Amino acid sequence: MIARRTALILAVMFLAAVALAALFPDALATHDPLRADVRSALEAPGAAHLFGTDQSGRDVFSRVVHGAGRSVGIGLLATLLAVAVGLVLGSLSGVAPRLLDSAAMRATDILLAFPEFLIALIVVAVLGPGPVNVAIAVTIAAVPVYIRLARTQTRTLRIAEHVEAARILGVGPVRTFTRHVAPAVLGSLSVLATIGIGSSILAAAGLSFLGLGPSEPAPEWGLMLSGGRNVLGRAWWISVFPGLAITLTVISATVIGRSLRARVEGRRA
Amino acid sequence: MTGVRLRGLRIEIDAQSVVDGVDLDVAPGECIAIVGESGAGKSLTARALLGMLPDGAHMTVDELRIDGTDAAALGENGWRGLRGRRIALVSQDALAALDPLRRIGREVAEPMEIHGLHRGRRDERVVQLLESVSLPEAEQRARSHPHELSGGMRQRALIASALAGDPAVLVADEATTALDATVQARILSLLRSIADQGRAVLFISHDFAAVRRVADRVLVMREGRIIEQGTVAEVMTSPREAYTRALIAASAATPRTQIGEAGEVLLQVRAVSKRFERPAVVEASFTLASGRTLGIVGESGSAKTTLARMLVGAERPDEGSLDWTRAQRVQLVHQNPLGAFDPRWTVGRSISEALQAAGIPGGGRRRAVVRLLSEVGLDEALAARRPRQLSGGQRQRAAIARALAADPQVLVLDEPVSALDPTVRARVLDLLSRLQVERQLTMVFVSHDLAVIAAVCDDVLVMRDGAIVEQGRVADVFTAPQHPFTRELVAAAL
Amino acid sequence: MRHALIRTAGIAASAVLVLWGAATLAFLAFRIIPGDAVSVMLGPQAKVSEAVKAGVRAELGLDRPPLEQYVSYVGGLLRGDLGTSYQLRMPVSEVIGRQLGPTLQLTVLALLIAILIALVVALLARRGLARAVVVTGELIVLSSPVFWIGIVLLAVFAFGLGWFPVAGTRSPATVVLPALTLALPVSALISQVLRDGIDEAERQPFAETVRSRGAGPARLVLRHSLRHGAAGALTLTAYLIGSLLGGAVLVETVFARPGLGRVTLTAIVDRDLPVVAGVIMLSAAVFVVVNVVVELLHPLIDPRLRVRPAAFEAPAIEERR
Repeated sequence: MIARRTALILAVMFLAAVALAALFPDALATHDPLRADVRSALEAPGAAHLFGTDQSGRDVFSRVVHGAGRSVGIGLLATLLAVAVGLVLGSLSGVAPRLLDSAAMRATDILLAFPEFLIALIVVAVLGPGPVNVAIAVTIAAVPVYIRLARTQTRTLRIAEHVEAARILGVGPVRTFTRHVAPAVLGSLSVLATIGIGSSILAAAGLSFLGLGPSEPAPEWGLMLSGGRNVLGRAWWISVFPGLAITLTVISATVIGRSLRARVEGRRA
Repeated sequence: MTGVRLRGLRIEIDAQSVVDGVDLDVAPGECIAIVGESGAGKSLTARALLGMLPDGAHMTVDELRIDGTDAAALGENGWRGLRGRRIALVSQDALAALDPLRRIGREVAEPMEIHGLHRGRRDERVVQLLESVSLPEAEQRARSHPHELSGGMRQRALIASALAGDPAVLVADEATTALDATVQARILSLLRSIADQGRAVLFISHDFAAVRRVADRVLVMREGRIIEQGTVAEVMTSPREAYTRALIAASAATPRTQIGEAGEVLLQVRAVSKRFERPAVVEASFTLASGRTLGIVGESGSAKTTLARMLVGAERPDEGSLDWTRAQRVQLVHQNPLGAFDPRWTVGRSISEALQAAGIPGGGRRRAVVRLLSEVGLDEALAARRPRQLSGGQRQRAAIARALAADPQVLVLDEPVSALDPTVRARVLDLLSRLQVERQLTMVFVSHDLAVIAAVCDDVLVMRDGAIVEQGRVADVFTAPQHPFTRELVAAAL
Repeated sequence: MRHALIRTAGIAASAVLVLWGAATLAFLAFRIIPGDAVSVMLGPQAKVSEAVKAGVRAELGLDRPPLEQYVSYVGGLLRGDLGTSYQLRMPVSEVIGRQLGPTLQLTVLALLIAILIALVVALLARRGLARAVVVTGELIVLSSPVFWIGIVLLAVFAFGLGWFPVAGTRSPATVVLPALTLALPVSALISQVLRDGIDEAERQPFAETVRSRGAGPARLVLRHSLRHGAAGALTLTAYLIGSLLGGAVLVETVFARPGLGRVTLTAIVDRDLPVVAGVIMLSAAVFVVVNVVVELLHPLIDPRLRVRPAAFEAPAIEERR
């Protein structure tokens, strides 16, 4: 239990730092992320450059800080949009006639069988590379999970005993929905979203790594990873630190999401 | 002496004593029963005999001999040699107690595999065992899976698997509790015959009626101690302790003393039918008179809940009609009070919602909630708790309070006391009687338990497979049943 | 028997529907993207006359009415003809077929390693410190981008310790790090589900029955709980295969290996739409095959999913008491 508590606190602290980096990068960064200085190229991490420098002499730490906004921003944006779309489509399907609902769910299930990254890759394949397309792709890839959850929750709750009990007691249909069904659905989706942000961040980073997202010299974590790949033997820090940033961000989001879920389920169960 | 010899069993969980000095003797050929309510420690005692206490439980014992072997200081390896071979367990609900992914035959054969018995002849032995517990078409059943058999057949298979290692001692922990009355009677006979064949049988239950059919001696357990023991005849005819008397009374059928005066006919049900994937209710016709309590009794699958829901308006019949003479306020107390409350809300808030739906304005609601809670005998502090935090009995009372918020004239109760311990049950039934008089309610009481129906209802409908096979006054139907099914029910229960 | 036939027919119909849907989606997508396909293909910089563009269009059959194109495309698919690559002027099936081998090698090896790791971990690290370590490890592995895992492994084991070659496909040793990289996230997923399934199974009443027969923990897990856990893990199969496919693209890039990853990436960047469509169709086909196999396997593992005509008294739906 203590371990879980500690993990949660660390996760919140880390995400706070990331948020800070995303909103006020200049406050945290030590150098100009785009400033190239070939004389200090490929310097190992040290006092002058916390995370070292890359092939063009740019400070890796500052680039990581500046990349937070882009990398996390996409994850957040995609998730928010996906939750909104999923909620609407899912609840509609949950109250729709059986046949329509079954068809919609079959389609959603097929999409759900694919990992988010794969769907995003296919969307980018169709739309073409580019940062905007990556954002669109990651959003589309995130939607099916929320549709599924919203629909399942809506359907289950509509026929749930306590919902029916409220109706028998005389509570009107609209009131029953807003008081008993909607809050529970929203609650479940929010919990899933905190865990889902991680998947979106990973998908976006993956696409950037492949060179399908923003192009040089933009500081984007996935892109930086791919940039450091070729000099891995000589300068491991160029790839490792951005990757570490991604990993820690996703871990933090997941830990917070899981603890939220435990709390909600404890109250629900 | 073989069988079980236990002296001075003490069990502690988290430094709390839950079993405090239990002595027990079970000889081969006899069936000893331990009776008590939940929390009495009877299941723990049974598990102690198998060395299967839950994590965190500590046991000390002065003497423990199982089939001649000293088990007092056995380690886990030693216990594994005993379990299944010298002492075996039959628990409740074979659907959950048998591995649903394995065939019955494999489950029955497992003790033989574990202890290396009957090599090369196991398949034969399995069929023999299944036949010995009167499972028809034993060879085919051995190849089936648990979910393909009915409840009674599954329980027999579970018993067969317990006997596979030829144990000297059989511990049956609530082995018949989850079964329908008619099936229960047959399994009890089976257990009796197992004892008669020379094994030592320990029968754990909360139901004195079941104990009467199967045991020679009975021990009454309460809060970790044996408070009374003797032969079944002695204890049941002249119990010494008040608690024992209460337990016996709770499982016997005491016919209803005050019969409400038959008022006007409130509802006329004509040939009502409903089907889901299969027919549920089939052409049911009856009348409901004000001031009386109508019981609907039947086994699982008889569609009594569906019928009850139709009375409340939660289901609509496919055919036939429900003609109410006047608009009535009808409310329902659900079978599962835990499911019927929004788990995220406090009890007080749920009741308040019911009041709001009934038209009580905001200001008076808090007071009304307190009043309703006290009417059902609950402290107002419970209004701030969530359903999960209440005991079974408290939840049931809260559900009744909520149903009363709408000030109904007719109250339909679906199995309101089935999941409760006998003494709690008695108190809730008393509450319902009181409420009926005070509020002049007409009640409809759905249950599978004839004893409860007999104690509470004036009239009764006997349902089977969706059809009403017999109806009339409780006194008439239960003392002189006409339909063969009713006869079977009455014979099994009373 | 009749029921089994209906079920098989249903699965077959589903499969056909999915494949057809994928084909239509692929076709539609290319027709609705903004811009003329030829211009997109040639790139914005290309200064080519309209006549040449028209010629290319005619050559690629892009000037025929859309419906005709659709029919010929689907017809081609049925014959196994995936069209011709714009850039490479080769049949798409050949482009894909050549690179399929290395990718298949990598993914199959990765899957095997993943299953092995998952089984060992789920069966052995069930309690205490071992479990805590494993659970944390799973969290880290699943939160890390798979390409980063690859890079870290490369940095440590290839560049750092020199145990494995850095790139290429010359020796069998070159496939170890890539396969391991790909296997790690997949094994984390499998072991999570397996462990949850086993734990859940052992909380059920039947676990008590098995112990009461004198069984030890080994027997309980191996003969009972594992099957329950596996049933749960089976439902994940399609997702896992998808993970492997997506991961393969990333891993092949990290380790500079030939394979479908390189083909797909090149096609995406060059806007070689037929090849992209071909890869999408391949994914759809794999998905369908995997799903069919899983649907057929599932009732074998969980007999409750088999619906046989009731040979004995059909049990009524028991109310919970």
